Formats: sequence, structure tokens, C-alpha cells
Amino acid sequence: MFVTILFVVFALIALGCAIGVVISRNPVHSALWLVGTLLAIAGFFVLQKAYLLSAVQVIVYASAIVVLFLFVIMLLGVDREESLGDPLRIQRPLAIGLGLIGFVLLVGIMGNRWATGAETATGPLRGEAGGNVEHVARALFTTYLWPFELTSALLVVGVVGGVALARRSNADEEEAA
Amino acid sequence: MTPTATWYLVVAALLFSIGGVGMLVRRNVIVMFMCVELMLNAVNLSFVAFSTQLDDVGGQVSVFFVLVVAAAEVAIGLALIVAVFRRRRSGATADDIAELRG
Repeated sequence: MFVTILFVVFALIALGCAIGVVISRNPVHSALWLVGTLLAIAGFFVLQKAYLLSAVQVIVYASAIVVLFLFVIMLLGVDREESLGDPLRIQRPLAIGLGLIGFVLLVGIMGNRWATGAETATGPLRGEAGGNVEHVARALFTTYLWPFELTSALLVVGVVGGVALARRSNADEEEAA
Repeated sequence: MTPTATWYLVVAALLFSIGGVGMLVRRNVIVMFMCVELMLNAVNLSFVAFSTQLDDVGGQVSVFFVLVVAAAEVAIGLALIVAVFRRRRSGATADDIAELRG
């Protein structure tokens, strides 16, 4: 019963904040609503006993990524109110209609048979010694070791690309001068 | 009555739809980016729900990789927005970037 109440509270927070992200005029407010959604999802992870992921969600998403968003918003000074008036009149009803159709399809196609297939194909979560951290870490450093190492290459590419894009090149300066 | 995997998946589907609608409706590129994050989080939630239901650790490992890709994507995307902004002082709405079209 307690878990059900928590689920409903987290669901209301997640969905309400998600709507706030979409409808707030100021990008800073959108970023702050996004924090609410991300924290509620961390709560969902705790309810499903994915403790490691909930900690990672709070550290990486709700702090690092949102801080990056806020940093860019402040740096560019785009934190002024944006008119939500639409140049294309049909765009908004069409988008909401497509969203509804997408939701109905997502729920409808699956019916009530959400998950089928072999259980415990890559490794069990329950019924083994050790906690959630140990289970995930064991899978990550044995079965998924190669993809895990590849993510470091991806992050390096991301960092180099970010620096290369954000850096003011000499050609730009000559053009501006 | 405790929440089953279906409940989580319905919430994830709703979050994904809200993110998709926001992506289509908003014109500020940074807010569109936030909507992409919403959709990624909805998928993460469904990964964990399936992982719990099937008693399989693979779903939770996948969420890690989604997180890494999301972090790299945000770094590159925001750098692109900064680069566009430097060229065009007027603003970085989706309409301003439309002139990239060939």
C-alpha cells in the first residue's frame, strides 16, 4: 500500500514536471521543471530496487546534465521570455494529436502482454548474494566489459568534439575583424 | 495492490509522448533538447521496469549505456548551439537553423 502511494506521488511529480518543461515560456524554468522529472524517475528506480541507477540518475542527470543546460542558457543569455505564439497555426493541434496517437499505439500494441521472453537471460537480479550494486557491477565488468570500454572512447570523442565546436577558430576572428 | 511493470510502462509511455509533443511544439532549441532528455528518461524507466519483471540484470546495464550516450549527446549538442549562437545573435530557434537547409 505504501509503495502504491509512493508510486502515485512520483508519477504525478514526473508527469506534472514534464508538462511544465513543455509549456513554460522561460528556458530556465524548463530546466528546473526537468530536475523535478529526473528526481521523480530516480524515485521510481528506488521503488524498483535499482539503487545504483537511482544514485547515478541523481548525480549524472539531475546535477551534471541540468547544470550544463543552465550554464549554456545563462552563457547565451536566452533566458528571456519566449512568446509561445506559433507561426504555423496547425502545428500545435497536429503535434498534440500525434502525441496522443503515439501514446495509444505504445499502450495499445503491447496490450497487457508487456514483457515476454526468457527470464534471467544475462544474469539474475534477485536471489543471489550481494546487493544491486554488486549485481550490476559484475555484469558490467564481465559480460559487458567491451561495450563498457567503448563508452570511454565515446566520451573522449564527445569532449574533443565539444572543444573543437565551442572554440573560436582563427578564421572566425579574421572574419569578424 | 503493488505497482506492476505495466504501471511503470504506462507512465513511461506518457512521459515519452509528452517529450515528443514538446519536441514538435517548441522552437527554442535548448528546450527541444530537454524534451529529448525526457524521452530518453522514459526509455530508461521502461528498461528498468522490464529488468525488474524479467529478473534480468541486462536492462539495468543498458540504462548505464543510455546515460553515457545522453551525456555525450548533451555535450556535443550544446556546443553546436553555442556555435550557432555565435554566428547569429538574433537567436537559436529552430527557424534560425532552418537556413542550413541546402
